[in-house]
Amino acid sequence: MSRQQNGAESSPGMKLRTGKSQLQLPRWMRAHELRIVGVVFVVAVVLTVATPYFLNSDNLTAVAIGFATDAIIAIAMTVVLITGGFDLSVGSVLALGGMVVGLLIHSGWNMWTAMFVALLAGMAIGTLNGLVITGIKVNPLITTLGMMSIATSLTLVISGGYPVSSFPKGFLFIGQGFVAHIPFSVLVMVILLVVGDFLLRRARWLRLVYYVGSNEQAAVLSGISVNRVRFLAYVFCGLMAALAGVIATSRLSSAFPLAGAGTELRVISACVIGGASLAGGEGTILGSLLGVLLLALINNGLVLLNVSIYWQGIVSGLILISAVSFDILSRRKRG
Amino acid sequence: MSGRPDRLSDVLEMRHIVKDFPGVRALDSVDFELRAGEIHAIVGENGAGKSTLMKILGGVYRPDSGEIYLQGKVYDIVDPRHARLLGIAVVHQELSLFPGLSVSENILAGEQPVRGPLGIVDRQGARTRATRVLAQFELDIDTDIPVRSLSIAYQQVVEIARALLQDARILVLDEPTSALTEKEKEMLFKAVRGLKESGYSVIYISHRLQEVFEIADRITVLRDGKKVDTVSSSSVDIDGLIRMMVGRTLTDFFGRNASIPGEELLRVSELSRGGRFRDISFFLRRGEILGFAGLVGAGRTELARVLFGVDRADTGTITLKGKEIHLASPGQAIRSGLAYVSENRRVEGLFRGMAVRANIVVTHLRDFSQFGLMRKKAEEASALESVRRLRIQTPDVERAVSNLSGGNQQKVVLARWLAVKPEVLIVDEPTRGIDVGAKAEIYALLRNLAAQGMGIILISSELPEVLGMSDRIAVLYEGRMTGIIPKSEASQERIMALAAGFSDSTEKGDGG
Repeated sequence: MSRQQNGAESSPGMKLRTGKSQLQLPRWMRAHELRIVGVVFVVAVVLTVATPYFLNSDNLTAVAIGFATDAIIAIAMTVVLITGGFDLSVGSVLALGGMVVGLLIHSGWNMWTAMFVALLAGMAIGTLNGLVITGIKVNPLITTLGMMSIATSLTLVISGGYPVSSFPKGFLFIGQGFVAHIPFSVLVMVILLVVGDFLLRRARWLRLVYYVGSNEQAAVLSGISVNRVRFLAYVFCGLMAALAGVIATSRLSSAFPLAGAGTELRVISACVIGGASLAGGEGTILGSLLGVLLLALINNGLVLLNVSIYWQGIVSGLILISAVSFDILSRRKRG
Repeated sequence: MSGRPDRLSDVLEMRHIVKDFPGVRALDSVDFELRAGEIHAIVGENGAGKSTLMKILGGVYRPDSGEIYLQGKVYDIVDPRHARLLGIAVVHQELSLFPGLSVSENILAGEQPVRGPLGIVDRQGARTRATRVLAQFELDIDTDIPVRSLSIAYQQVVEIARALLQDARILVLDEPTSALTEKEKEMLFKAVRGLKESGYSVIYISHRLQEVFEIADRITVLRDGKKVDTVSSSSVDIDGLIRMMVGRTLTDFFGRNASIPGEELLRVSELSRGGRFRDISFFLRRGEILGFAGLVGAGRTELARVLFGVDRADTGTITLKGKEIHLASPGQAIRSGLAYVSENRRVEGLFRGMAVRANIVVTHLRDFSQFGLMRKKAEEASALESVRRLRIQTPDVERAVSNLSGGNQQKVVLARWLAVKPEVLIVDEPTRGIDVGAKAEIYALLRNLAAQGMGIILISSELPEVLGMSDRIAVLYEGRMTGIIPKSEASQERIMALAAGFSDSTEKGDGG
């Protein structure tokens, strides 16, 4: 038996070695990120030429504020996807976090305490996700699908189905204020992205995330506490989704019980466009950010070009499928 | 001999079958004849060519040359479906049943009797047909219960029944008893003998020589891709058969152990785990290579997993350097000074999409982190050092490990473990699927490590490897240790006998 395996296993390696031994392609990750930067650039140029309304600070600020919440969730979603997991509950946790902070401030709580409790609520949902997924080993798709339903329902229960509005100025600053002409929410997003991207590349703890997603069994045998890593990824995801909810409530001056619907699929699409793999082990925060940016620009372009809003879904879907197809094809060519 | 086979009693004749794989000739002009109504066993070491020959018969591989005659007519078997149409049914070691479906649905898979224009399954008809097929085995199996709820032996029978329903005349059983208990085996044998009575021809592949004698009429021995001989099972004894299987000379490919075993490092006493292994006791000294021989499934890997803290033992103790240890995780095992190179590199060893560097540093990330941040330069330097020391062939350490050859991948895994400077290194099939050059390098490396005082446990299914490398050899058979013998007293024949479940006659003074 060993002899057959011998033949079968050594041959692909041999082929690669002799086939393109000297050809030093740039690292795959970087190449992928560059590719999206290229696409983003092309889209931006096309929009600049096509409409005078695109390249001005008002429009770009609006775009940035619009995608800040998605980008913040994408940071955590990237981590979850790299572990080989999946989190469908982020949209509903966004709504829950936004509603908790809204209701608490409305009933007279200090805004900081209210925000803290909202973030805790998000982490609690993430904790439940993590426990069910790593403890009982329920498939992440099923677990977070169930949790999405639970969190949505919970938001409706605590709000009675009504939006909550009228908040103090201090709270509205989070989503509407400016620091040196830059929207505060965008600033928060940029800081989180920069820190997140740095840590995901450099932190020992986050390196484990790649090992777990790349090969769970090998990670176990290498002495990595696989369950702890996966569990914490979901807790982090819940936290970031709730933070996005707080920002959304502040930005809209109102907490809507059905805010965030569709966020989960948009964010997952963006991460995958950005190079994260649903099979785990691959992805970067920079890539995911570029994915979010690309989707946001295209939506903005469609609006500016007076294309019916109903077309957005078709375009986003086509981009998602073509990004992944392109990736598969380019990898296949390299063998 | 040059004429076409004309004996009507041969239902199958394979002639001069040759099959090459890159770098190896798996089958070298092998002849094989199967008579009507006989049970014909094929035996040989791992890699002797048994599976390849059966895959050619089953249409999985095409031979590079040679002919296959069925009832005297030559056929070119193009794919597994064609083989089935020709009446050849292969029952693999791994069952291919639908666990959630009922016995009758499994037996009739894809050929359910239907009635009416909508093609509604005729449940009663299906039941009747399934029961009729099963009746040949004189077994009482409820055809309505899901296959999942049957014992493995009964599942095996369902699998065979399915093959028979497709009008098979030749039945190939590949290691059918490897998962069975003694009682279940008896039951299966009864079923197989029943088939023989009804005129089926059975090819029986097994590692267990005792069983082969029990059930086979004739035995064909393969060695290194060549047929040694076909003998009647009444005309040969177990020793003769083993001699035919292993008869080859050892080269000094494995080097010589320079070190003299030092103090005791590891002691295992009466270790047992579930149905996997029981009452295993041995010790390991510094500088010693302790081989573990046995058949696939004998419990060696399961033992290694317990030693490394992946699984837990039910009873028994593990003592490391005089202190009893209780490992709750591989992480603890690593910190205690153990390392484990697992058997399945692809599934349990490599982070395939990741760089060579990342694959090497995974076991000792802490060495490269400061305030929780990784210093990539230090990682790179360390990985490069490993690459140089183990002569891993890769253009750079950032290359994805999946681009390396099997031998180099294995060296990457070894590098990962050597970096934690273990005192006890467990290697499980360390040279599986790698080329001869890399094998020799890995042997030299293990020798070298032992010389530096490491204790090495070498699990291998390749007899020459265990014999050539080990200072002592422990042999497991179905979870029990059937012997532990020093190199000076070890021979392939003796290990083979122990691995096949014959107790050690030299030690106990009787034939068992």
